[in-house]
Amino acid sequence: MIRCNDVYKSFSGKTVLSGIGFDISDGEIFGLLGPSGAGKTTLIKILTGQLTFDKGSVSVFDKDVFSLSGEDKKNIGIMMDQFGVYERLSCIDNLKVFADIYGVPTGKIKRTLEKVGLGDAGNKAASTLSKGMRARLALARLFMHSPKLIFLDEPTSGLDPQTMRQIHKIILEKKKEGCTVFLTTHNMEEAYKLCDRVALLNEGVIVENGAPEEICRKYNHQKTIQLHLSSGEDVVIPHESGSAERVSRLLADGCIETIHSSEPTLETVFLELTGRKLEEDE
Amino acid sequence: MRNSLIIIKKQIKDTFKNKTVLIQFILFPVMTLIMENAINIDGMPELFFTKLFSVMYIGMAPLTSVASIISEEKEKNTLRVLTMANVKPWQYLLGIGLYVWLICMIGAGVIATGIKKEDIPCYMLIMAIGFVISIIAGACIGIFSKNQMAATSTVMPAMIVFAFAPMLAMFNESIEKVARFFYTQQLKCIMDDMTFSTLKADNIWILVINSVLMVSLFFIEFKKKGLE
Ligand SMILES: Nc1ncnc2c1ncn2[C@@H]1O[C@H](COP(=O)(O)OP(=O)(O)OP(=O)(O)O)[C@@H](O)[C@H]1O
Ligand SMILES: [Mg+2]
Repeated sequence: MIRCNDVYKSFSGKTVLSGIGFDISDGEIFGLLGPSGAGKTTLIKILTGQLTFDKGSVSVFDKDVFSLSGEDKKNIGIMMDQFGVYERLSCIDNLKVFADIYGVPTGKIKRTLEKVGLGDAGNKAASTLSKGMRARLALARLFMHSPKLIFLDEPTSGLDPQTMRQIHKIILEKKKEGCTVFLTTHNMEEAYKLCDRVALLNEGVIVENGAPEEICRKYNHQKTIQLHLSSGEDVVIPHESGSAERVSRLLADGCIETIHSSEPTLETVFLELTGRKLEEDE
Repeated sequence: MRNSLIIIKKQIKDTFKNKTVLIQFILFPVMTLIMENAINIDGMPELFFTKLFSVMYIGMAPLTSVASIISEEKEKNTLRVLTMANVKPWQYLLGIGLYVWLICMIGAGVIATGIKKEDIPCYMLIMAIGFVISIIAGACIGIFSKNQMAATSTVMPAMIVFAFAPMLAMFNESIEKVARFFYTQQLKCIMDDMTFSTLKADNIWILVINSVLMVSLFFIEFKKKGLE
């Protein structure tokens, strides 16, 4: 579906992407995970033909990105980090423009709005919507024409958990319908939950790439067990057979409040590989 | 062409909600009618305000509205969304241009209610030509500007030159000598006679050169920047 091979991009001498390569197959949700400024938006722009690159090759639908036909473009849906909605027009009128462009019956507007949970906001001007509602309007626009390939640039960034879950649900539904989804995020839980495969991007380099569980397992080398005792004390002991006796003794004495085994998350893997956190502490 | 019509439809819906653009369209026709009816000084040339405001209308409304519409769509990223949906740049520009031209022609039609019936075709033709040149100028500025702020600051000087030069030319001869090289002043002259038959070769040349300059500037800009 998408093939990206050794892509380099720099802006006025500053290298933003270097040697990016991956393949995305049909029906897959692919997540590009990286901190702010890693080059995620730049890569999406390149994959969607909005930006030229210096070196390498990108193909979409087995064609060079810059030679996609009008028909191919209709099979692609894109939601950028700036939603690009018409502020003064109502939600319905916003979608009407695209229903007309794609030749989709107007009846679909209402259904699509309902699907993203904007059924009641149809006549509201886009400028009066909250950020989460705008994101969902931009999603609704993308679903007007049932694209086969969907690009989402930080679809849930800055949204409340409930809206986020709604959007996740919609994305998973799209996958069931057979769509291929490319999304960027700096939320590792989101990547873990949604994506079949993720690539960790740091400063324009993909530092790791694979199924989220696999990546986590691969970096599970500092196995520990963390105990919180009823005395208030926190204890970390090695996750190995030698610790069994100590744990069982504590357990038998009823001293243990909580017990966790350390499993690396995408967050800790990223930290380990780059020495950086995905999300800045606020 | 279908896409251009969709753009026009979208703009029409937006017209009544976009006060800054709407005011541009309404201001001059309304002002013309009011002034012509309210002020009547002895010895004032016939249709003084109609001619003056019509030329200002040509120099201001299409220029500012086209520049503001295009630059706003760039700034808000909606133009990107349209081109990603496979709307071709020329379809978009044609849609915006036609829309502004039509609305301005309606405005001109309103002004025309105050002039003699037999002069109306000539008047409307002058306005139609003027609007087209101004729309192209506005598109140049829109394509050139990154956002609305930038567009406004480029529109200002252009607008002052095109819209106010004919007025200042009435009071000052040396300004007249410069102003006659602008299309608005030439259109004003034609309007004074209300006929194309007295047109001299150099008047036609100035109009043609103005148009050719705008069109070439437009294509140079467009080639260089597209709708980025
Ligand atoms: N048009 C441009 N001109 C110059 N530099 C740019 C341009 N676009 C992006 N950059 C630079 O490229 C780098 C990557 O930017 P990009 O927007 O791709 O990051 P991102 O991963 O999407 O970040 P975020 O999570 O904040 O959206 C940044 O350092 C940015 O300054
Ligand atoms: Mg980004």
